[in-house]
Amino acid sequence: MDLSAISPTLLLASLMVAATPILLAALGELIVEKSGVLNLGVEGMMITGAICGFAIAVETGSPVVGFIAAAAGGAVLSLIFGFLTQYLLSNQVATGLALTLFGLGLSSLMGQSYVGIRPPAIEKLNLGPLADIPLLGPVLFNHDLMVYLTLALCVGIWATLKFTRAGLILRAVGENHDAAHALGYKVVKVRLLAIMFGGACAGLGGAYLSLIRVPQWTEGMTAGAGWIALAIVVFASWRPLRVLLGAYLFGGVTVLQLNLQAAGLAIPVEYLSMSPYLITIVVLVIMSAPRKGGKSRASLAAPACLGRAFHASQ
Amino acid sequence: MEDRLSIAGEDLLTITGLTKAYPGVVANDQVSFSIRPGEVHALLGENGAGKSTLVKMIYGLVKPDAGSMVLKGVPYSPAEPRAARAAGVAMVFQHFSLFEALNVAENIALGMENPPKMRDLAARIREVSQNYGLPLDPDQMVGDLSAGERQRVEIIRCLLQNPKLLIMDEPTSVLTPQEVSVLFQTLEKLRGEGCSILYISHKLEEIRALCDHATILRLGQKVATCNPRQETARAMAEMMVGEALHVPQKAPRIPQDVALEIDQLDVPARAAFGTSLKGISLSVQKGEILGIGGVAGNGQDELCSVLSGEALTAAEQVKLAGTPIGDLGPNARRALGLLAAPEERLGHAAAPDMSLTENALLSGAVREGLEHNGMIDWGKTRDFAQKIIHRFDVRTPSANTAARALSGGNLQKFVVGREILQNPSALVINQPTWGVDASAAAAIRQALLDLAAEGAAIVVISQDLDELMEISDRFAALNEGRLSAPVETSDLDVEKIGLMLGGASDTKAEQVSA
Repeated sequence: MDLSAISPTLLLASLMVAATPILLAALGELIVEKSGVLNLGVEGMMITGAICGFAIAVETGSPVVGFIAAAAGGAVLSLIFGFLTQYLLSNQVATGLALTLFGLGLSSLMGQSYVGIRPPAIEKLNLGPLADIPLLGPVLFNHDLMVYLTLALCVGIWATLKFTRAGLILRAVGENHDAAHALGYKVVKVRLLAIMFGGACAGLGGAYLSLIRVPQWTEGMTAGAGWIALAIVVFASWRPLRVLLGAYLFGGVTVLQLNLQAAGLAIPVEYLSMSPYLITIVVLVIMSAPRKGGKSRASLAAPACLGRAFHASQ
Repeated sequence: MEDRLSIAGEDLLTITGLTKAYPGVVANDQVSFSIRPGEVHALLGENGAGKSTLVKMIYGLVKPDAGSMVLKGVPYSPAEPRAARAAGVAMVFQHFSLFEALNVAENIALGMENPPKMRDLAARIREVSQNYGLPLDPDQMVGDLSAGERQRVEIIRCLLQNPKLLIMDEPTSVLTPQEVSVLFQTLEKLRGEGCSILYISHKLEEIRALCDHATILRLGQKVATCNPRQETARAMAEMMVGEALHVPQKAPRIPQDVALEIDQLDVPARAAFGTSLKGISLSVQKGEILGIGGVAGNGQDELCSVLSGEALTAAEQVKLAGTPIGDLGPNARRALGLLAAPEERLGHAAAPDMSLTENALLSGAVREGLEHNGMIDWGKTRDFAQKIIHRFDVRTPSANTAARALSGGNLQKFVVGREILQNPSALVINQPTWGVDASAAAAIRQALLDLAAEGAAIVVISQDLDELMEISDRFAALNEGRLSAPVETSDLDVEKIGLMLGGASDTKAEQVSA
């Protein structure tokens, strides 16, 4: 084993790339859950976005069009969930699970003729002198545009939730849908928009995997990233900046275990591969443990109407 | 009341022939009345008489099937609450209109059309709330506020819009007498400024003190109008019901053995917004009704769950007829004869999506022998449910109806009846008549008195002080988790009770300055 082969600079740099798809999906799901909807279909929307983005990017030769198509694909798939849960009042947990299974199957079908193809390459953003700063340059300023857009999205969501009326209405709908309705807000409309936003973000996250991180198409390539995104939302107590922390933490563990594998650590590879997931579970258990005074930290921060169906009867 | 039929132009709001039907029931049938500028107009009626539907139509939450409204001489048909607010109509809801996890300023901003910047809004909230004698801190989380303070948030939210008509749905049901008088001063001030108030309440004495006119609804139709100042509470109750009202009678009581006691009990708060119980001691004799008063959130739910067995304590701390039961769960206590009916009807006292029969089984299985070796005796269960429905006049299509589908008052009758008919030796009941109309409340109170007369020890936890005065033998006040020493009810009046509730110190600052 040769730990000296692991370069901290490269490790940190690849951490940012590894965290981006999960961060995108988790930010989308954060908005969905803030509106009081629990969509467990993140994995399905991610992988649908991955193939939509990949196929369109290959066909058009433009990664930008690919990403747009990925967002649209994820949003369209999420609309199925939105229609079923918001209009037909189906159970959100069951519908979300079904959406994941459906997305996995649909993406395999769509991706049959794209296996083994390389997508159009995506340039790293040229940040000029910034990239030449020692240490900070390679870590922070040597990535593709999506990494920075995702960070901007995270800050944007934080500011929107905290400072804008739209954010206030979104939180209100998730907190008490009966009250929001009584005050004249369109609960179903707000939730549908949130669900579509979540779908689009998950789609972008999937496309980031298939177009940049990997980059190629294989069936089931999201490999549980959507579930990790769901877990990170809980871990973050529904706060955008903590979602960032959680995604980087998970990304860091993932990258570290890959490096340890490469360095030939004398542990079966399978243990290393499962470590990010194990650590996620441990963190979730700690977060959900009851505090003094009863409720867990996680359940305190949860939107009060999370997962509850709303019907404007009366 | 002939002068009420004056020219429509003088009236603030005129309602003509409003009709709204839901599948199977006509909620409002050709209702017409009018509200003058600067008057407090009471809307009276039993549960299910159509008051809520009527005000929801005025506030734009429900669309009428027929009929018209005229506001300030202009046809008025709000498509949504936003339109109603823009026209100068505001509403203070009875419940579910606040967001616990948001702060006061955010809650108020949500109820406004074009809220100013948060900092300016906070300043206006401070100013207006001081002005009307309802001080509020804009940065506080609503989840941390008392019921009275929450209502202030709703009222300030309305006042910031300068309403012409303020609709209030049961505003005093959660307030102490002191808070009620502060509220009334605010309403008087509003009336003085020319704002009209449409006031819904079950408390007829309040209506007599406050209101200029009353419109009475029965089964969706307007049956009478009156001047509440010239009527007795009883006369108005009879107009609502359409028949003579039965007033519960309390028989004199002879001291007997202690049935239920708690000894020096401390329980830490369980939920984040819960209350801890501190040094609670109480004892109730057979045949006695102990009334426990206090504003919600002062430990009522906690005390109720300690008695019902949902929260366990050391065995010796709770005793039933001398037997230690503090470590026994609810079913073991039921077997021994201690029953409980918690406050929250849906979700705590009854499972919302289960039928009445199933709900009867859930609490009655032990004492009524509704199951044998794990098998349910459905025949017996149905009979038990039917008995409750029949004896307590629960108005429901059948025993197979889901609990959720019943109106609050009817479900309350079912929940209370279910416990009373199991012949408990001790009964703990939290808010027995909350949201129940006058005649149903009288029936429930009479049933409690009858049960006590048969020798049961009863603990009634209630915010309705008139109710406690009417039925309890002794009264104790619960304030911030502490229980006062019980006092004979005959030595008390509402004024003294209000002071016992501990409101005396913190209401002085809230008197209206004007």
